[in-house]
Amino acid sequence: MLLEFIINIAYLAGSLAFVWGLRLLSSPDTARKGNIVAGSGMVIAILAALFQPIEGASNNYLWIAGALAVGAAIGLVSAKKVQMTAMPQMVSIFNGLGGACAVVLAYAELFPFYEGSKPLDLAGLSIVLSALLIGGVSFTGSLLAYGKLQGLVNDSQVALPRHSAINLALLAVTLGLGIYLAAAGSSGSLALGSLFMALSLIYGFSFVAPIGGADMPVVISLLNSFTGLSAAVTGLIYGSQFMLVGGILVGASGTILTVLMCDAMNRSLLNVLIGGFGGGGSSSAAG
Amino acid sequence: MESLITFFNEDSNLLLIYLLLFTIILGFEVISKVPTVLHTPLMSGANAISGVVIIGAIFLIRQSGPEDYLMLGLGFLGVVLGMVNVAGGFAVTDRMLEMFKKKKR
Repeated sequence: MLLEFIINIAYLAGSLAFVWGLRLLSSPDTARKGNIVAGSGMVIAILAALFQPIEGASNNYLWIAGALAVGAAIGLVSAKKVQMTAMPQMVSIFNGLGGACAVVLAYAELFPFYEGSKPLDLAGLSIVLSALLIGGVSFTGSLLAYGKLQGLVNDSQVALPRHSAINLALLAVTLGLGIYLAAAGSSGSLALGSLFMALSLIYGFSFVAPIGGADMPVVISLLNSFTGLSAAVTGLIYGSQFMLVGGILVGASGTILTVLMCDAMNRSLLNVLIGGFGGGGSSSAAG
Repeated sequence: MESLITFFNEDSNLLLIYLLLFTIILGFEVISKVPTVLHTPLMSGANAISGVVIIGAIFLIRQSGPEDYLMLGLGFLGVVLGMVNVAGGFAVTDRMLEMFKKKKR
């Protein structure tokens, strides 16, 4: 009872720290402090998630500790080693991994569902499929953005002629399959679910492919808000208001930030997304 | 239509919609006055916050049976991915802002 109270207060404090941290991050004098505040909020929330009472849970703390250690080591070392000039692509790859995490979590829901051991209603299944789609696009899109900024991939190598039409068709097919799966409920299959995941991943690549390398910071910001959205939707799967608030906060502020970055470049978002003269535009947002 | 009405009439759902709306407005407002130089660090900081998805991965491992290696493996992968996003995200933002401060003075 008391533990539950403490956990709830901890989540509340975590969400407030996110809001306050973002506020401080948007002013030059307090930005560094804001990052620390937001980071503390995350630490509090992770501790709360570890000790929150879950009925009948076997906890498996050793698995969690191992994974936390591996993830923290990889994250901290790569953040320390990265060149100052390579920062945007580093952010991109971190962002992609967050999206990948949402994909893994959503995919993990499909196994017990199609085996019949964990029923989902239409809303529940739609939530899982949305997390799969948004997280997938964010994952592969961010990887390609990384590749472009790092100079591993050339714009002209990946952009096909009439790419916008291809993208629209691909999106239509993906959404169509998603709607079919949601409507089919338990008569769908894991194979089709996996196909849906694969299509989402392919769409992520295809979505970023025609966008010029100089516009990448804007796209990374957009993909960042996608990751936020996928985190929020995953929060619905686990019934966590904290994840919902954190994810939506990033989704909303990421969207506004994307628009502000476009404004700073004197471009419209639509212009950036269609590509076109992307390669020629100078990116003041990267600074 | 009828199911939509039932959905809205449920108090907990209505509360969820309020929460969503206010959080969206808050997200818009809280960064609306950011100067151009801070765009990239702010993007990076927001990216680290989007690592909240790790909370779900922790729940997945905690709820899985101790012998259910498929779920444990997926949960492990999820926590690693989320933690790279969180730890790396905040660390990289801090490095950016450190550089920013030096440049200014």
